[in-house]
Amino acid sequence: MASQMRRWIVERAFSARIGHIGSALCIADIVAVLWGAVMRRPGTSDHDRDRFILGKGHAVLAQYAAMRWLGLMEDDYFRTYCHDGSLLGVHPEHLVPGVEVSTGSLGQGLSVGCGIALAQRMKKSPGRVFVLISDAECNEGQVWEAAQFAAHHRLSSLVVVVDENGLQAMGDTKGILDLSPLVARWRAFGWQALETDGHDPAALLRALRTRPGSKPRIVVARTVMGKGVSFMEGKVEWHYRTLSPELAAKALKELSPQP
Amino acid sequence: MRKALISTLLDMAQQDDRIVFLTADLGWSVVDVFAERFPGRFINVGVAEANMMGIATGLAIEGYIPFVYSIATFSSMRPYEQFRNGPVLHHLPVRVIGVGGGFAYAHAGPTHYALEDLAIMRAQPGCTVLAPADPAQTRSALLATRAIPGPVYLRVGKGGNPEVPGLNGRFALGQPELVREGSDLLIIATGAAACKALAAAEALAREGRSAAVAVLAHLGQEASLELNLLLSRFRVVLSVEEAFSCGGLGSLIAETVAKRGLPCRLGVAGVRSSFEEEFGSEAWLASRHGIDAASLAVAGKRLLENP
Repeated sequence: MASQMRRWIVERAFSARIGHIGSALCIADIVAVLWGAVMRRPGTSDHDRDRFILGKGHAVLAQYAAMRWLGLMEDDYFRTYCHDGSLLGVHPEHLVPGVEVSTGSLGQGLSVGCGIALAQRMKKSPGRVFVLISDAECNEGQVWEAAQFAAHHRLSSLVVVVDENGLQAMGDTKGILDLSPLVARWRAFGWQALETDGHDPAALLRALRTRPGSKPRIVVARTVMGKGVSFMEGKVEWHYRTLSPELAAKALKELSPQP
Repeated sequence: MRKALISTLLDMAQQDDRIVFLTADLGWSVVDVFAERFPGRFINVGVAEANMMGIATGLAIEGYIPFVYSIATFSSMRPYEQFRNGPVLHHLPVRVIGVGGGFAYAHAGPTHYALEDLAIMRAQPGCTVLAPADPAQTRSALLATRAIPGPVYLRVGKGGNPEVPGLNGRFALGQPELVREGSDLLIIATGAAACKALAAAEALAREGRSAAVAVLAHLGQEASLELNLLLSRFRVVLSVEEAFSCGGLGSLIAETVAKRGLPCRLGVAGVRSSFEEEFGSEAWLASRHGIDAASLAVAGKRLLENP
């Protein structure tokens, strides 16, 4: 699933001449595991479905690719990505069926997730809330306001995945605002914190399927920006760069199934 | 006004179990009664307004009607972007309560003066901005929010706000409520400043000038038909608000007069664009900006003499 999603991500980003490709490739495995194996009826209108919020909204192409793969989005619709008048843009739009919350301004998604988790508890719904944020997003103070709230109110149906790729818009996270040790920080905030390889589906599954305790859970997933495309991997410029026809062809060749 | 707000909210919450009350750790001895009556629907989120607005957004997405409570500066400005990206962008019935509009928290100093709340909230598309003039109108304005599907900002005074004579709690969306008839000029006020407008009209009457007074508690993005009709009856209009007039009531009236080409001389009384550094009472601070009965009467007279 993730391999196909990566090809679609490159195709759509190239076709639209839009950046944020590296970020979308980076979370493809996490999104595939969440949408394909962990969450209950995501993106449907089932009242008790698990909700997904993409805190790092700029990587939504990965979510749309997952929805396309799962048949929650038609191919014709998916192909309107970043077209004039389309609802599919660089950041999630709640008017798109299957998108719970519009995001894009970093640091705000987790608070909304807290509100939804609280509502689920009040309604006695079994639905869980999954919020995918980035390591640099944890620069935002609001993330820690939400972290304290979720721990205090024991929102155990809330699961956060941190995409820890070690990069942010202008460089290394360690050089800009070092948040390490990230896992220990979340643990100190009262969360059940796990760490895993963000590109190993089996490891991700193990972490995400751990039986919930009484605390909210965070899975810090170590990832590589631009994963799957050699010239993008670990390169900060692929946060913003767009693909030339030559580079798009090269990327798609690398992502093609090997015989 | 705070007490009217909470007692009305109790009635509403009794009838509608979707109502949830969130406070960012403010409202001691005022909002506790809600917590006692509806413990499952009261959350003190701690001193974290941005998070509070996000939580309200999530609750509203799931069908609840959250009331978000804090001092007006902290409920409007601190979580402004969260308000825009949440309730406004998603068209959700989140009700933001701003307590202590204007200089109500006078002795607390400039960090507690809510002067731009009306302007910034009015700038958000689909946000209904309400600034009732007294406790009775607070109740009717709050009850009127039941029919509003989108976000609401409600600015109220702190406490000790007198009833505006002649208003009798009347409120309707877009409707300027006439509390005093007059023929020479119209003084139109929003929020707790309405009492000062009435007192100014009385002072003008003593000098033989006939001033009508209207209360406009709903600041829309555009003027309603009723506001247009009222303004078109007068050659001289004075707007009064305890807020920066840039973007607030003064702007709404000026935009209306200009757009409609009304033959009307307009005076705008509001807080001048500067912050007070000296501390003082609400009345003293407001008077330094010409928002007191005597200054308003002088302003009205000048407008009449220089049409």
